[in-house]
Amino acid sequence: MILARVVGTIVATRKDPRLEGFKLLIVKPVAPDGKDESGYVIAVDTVSAGSKETVIVVSGSSARMAEGCKDKPVDATIVGIVDTVTLNK
Amino acid sequence: MFLGRVVGTVVSTMKDAALKGQRLLIVQPLKPDLTETGKCIVMLDAVGVGPGELIYWCRGKESSFPFLPAEVPTDNTIVGVVDNIHLEGSR
Repeated sequence: MILARVVGTIVATRKDPRLEGFKLLIVKPVAPDGKDESGYVIAVDTVSAGSKETVIVVSGSSARMAEGCKDKPVDATIVGIVDTVTLNK
Repeated sequence: MFLGRVVGTVVSTMKDAALKGQRLLIVQPLKPDLTETGKCIVMLDAVGVGPGELIYWCRGKESSFPFLPAEVPTDNTIVGVVDNIHLEGSR
């Protein structure tokens, strides 16, 4: 899983019928200290994340194990909203 | 499976129901010579590791197997604590 920040939304009318009803968000990976990392991911949101929130994104086939994603064509899912990140030291 | 070191924790209240009660840890991947490689990853803990510990983890769908029969949505899970590493040719 990676930490990421919600930076946008996606609206798609023509899509796989199994994706209907899903909320799609654009997330940008971030380091534990909050700094942006490279790249973007489009992820299905199952926890009602909001704009600019830090979230946990699970990817790969495990993304289909999130609630409501079984047998859906999904490879990245937001499974948690981050309250705090604590680094040792 | 890969080597890593536990460098932090994540707290999340709003999360997938199957993640309830699971510990979310931040791990820095390491090479066998224990130098850092790649970005930090958030993962679940299947063995009960502490901060700063040297661990190994597995990636992919298999990382949800330690929690069977529960279907836990995780793509990286800590599955062991490293006691020793012996590298052929070192020292």
